[in-house]
Amino acid sequence: MSNMNEQMAAKYKNNFLKEIEEQAEMGDWVKMCMQCGVCSGSCPTNFHAGWDHPPQEIFMMIRAGKREEVLTSNSMWQCTSCYNCYVRCPRKVPITHIMHGIAEYAYRLGLAPKMQPSLHLSQTFWNNATKHGRVNEVQLTQSLYFKDGIGAGIKKAMEMKDVALGLVKAKRLNIMEALGGGHKCKDVDGIHKMLAKAKELEAKRKAGKAAGA
Amino acid sequence: MARKEYAFYPGCSSQKGASASNYLTSVESMCKTLDIKITEIPDWNCCGASISYAEAGELPRHAMNARNFALAESNLPGQDIVATCAACWLGARESKERLEHNDRLMADTQEALKEAGLNIKTIPEIKHMVEVLIEDLGYDELKKPVKKPLNGMKFAGYVGCQTNRPFGIHGESFENPVYLDKLIETVGGEATPYDQKVTCCGGALAFSEPDKAQAQIKDIIEAAYDSGAEMLVTPCPLCQANTEVYQGQINKKYGTKFQMPVLYYSQLMTLAYGGSAKEAGLDGNVIRARKLEEFAGK
Repeated sequence: MSNMNEQMAAKYKNNFLKEIEEQAEMGDWVKMCMQCGVCSGSCPTNFHAGWDHPPQEIFMMIRAGKREEVLTSNSMWQCTSCYNCYVRCPRKVPITHIMHGIAEYAYRLGLAPKMQPSLHLSQTFWNNATKHGRVNEVQLTQSLYFKDGIGAGIKKAMEMKDVALGLVKAKRLNIMEALGGGHKCKDVDGIHKMLAKAKELEAKRKAGKAAGA
Repeated sequence: MARKEYAFYPGCSSQKGASASNYLTSVESMCKTLDIKITEIPDWNCCGASISYAEAGELPRHAMNARNFALAESNLPGQDIVATCAACWLGARESKERLEHNDRLMADTQEALKEAGLNIKTIPEIKHMVEVLIEDLGYDELKKPVKKPLNGMKFAGYVGCQTNRPFGIHGESFENPVYLDKLIETVGGEATPYDQKVTCCGGALAFSEPDKAQAQIKDIIEAAYDSGAEMLVTPCPLCQANTEVYQGQINKKYGTKFQMPVLYYSQLMTLAYGGSAKEAGLDGNVIRARKLEEFAGK
């Protein structure tokens, strides 16, 4: 267990619901779930294999204190952010945000599944977007293809070459971005300072809540 | 002076050489005809999109959007922000809502913004381009400049997720929004009865979970053919790319023969307003819309 995970488990001993309420974005809404299951029936990825627990199960498991099982689950990482569950929930529970929030918390504690592809995408996307303030689509794609090493990356790139060529022909893929060209913000320095401060303040706010737990 | 002016937030994918650059081309042509002035927010940054949730956390995501609010407010005072990308619009609207309803988040955001020499007084209104068209102008105004109605052409209006949920276009239902059908009809096209109009294309998971996303895209395209449509129309850059560029892979995987062009509403409008294929960005379609290219040349 990571250090932070141990600390949080000890702080919120036997009260996992409170832990989620205080530490996960929008987590204070979990208790509003009435277990109707509309969210699960509305989820486009629920109909594919590999889904451990649909949202209403996750919410009940939180209340039942199944900390390890929830935080190591791959369920939250299946979210496509389509907001179907969100708009259909009869209790107006912001399910999409809660799923993101629990995923983020699991990741922060070091409990997210290793090599989870959508977690990897989240890391890669944010780091790419914030490096120069705007997304470099070519470098983003490259780092996604090569996440499992050079060999797998080349194979993936070959599989995708028709897609890429089509986009190049349509002038929707700029090869120069691979070499660090492309679009950037002017005040990158300001953006980095702003984000460092935001990260610091968020950590402080969450630590403050845990201290009061 | 133009009849409407907005602080424009084009978003990363709309930039020159990026995956939705032809969206921007057609939006610029469309706005010119409609006498809408869009001025780019100076030095705008990425909204973070939905997928950054794990790495970004909450406050850094809001700070990114807040920086755009502050830049718009100080450089283009009094103007609403308009975004063309569904994710940009959603990300910005979410941050606005969250900051306006949570004093602590707002105070923390202001402190972060100070590091970049910025601050927020009032967050501007944030609109999607479709809202500008429908709410600020209205269908009647959109119809007036139509010179070449798209008579006899059949389109499936694929609304997708993020212009529809959770905020949506005012007065529309989440399950069966009709604004896109109405836009198609406004420019003389036929909107086919299409039952997958709000199905998710997989969004960012088209990258990370391609099999799952492509299974959904297959349903979306198949239903468009079943409805009798010749082309798909969408208001979202990611919906456009996902439903267009993976058709070849889906054909290989499922033995289908999909070859359906996927257009932006703004491309249809530009053409109906008499614009050329180039002004409508038709050269940016990977699956060429031959019928529209011929139409534009007439």
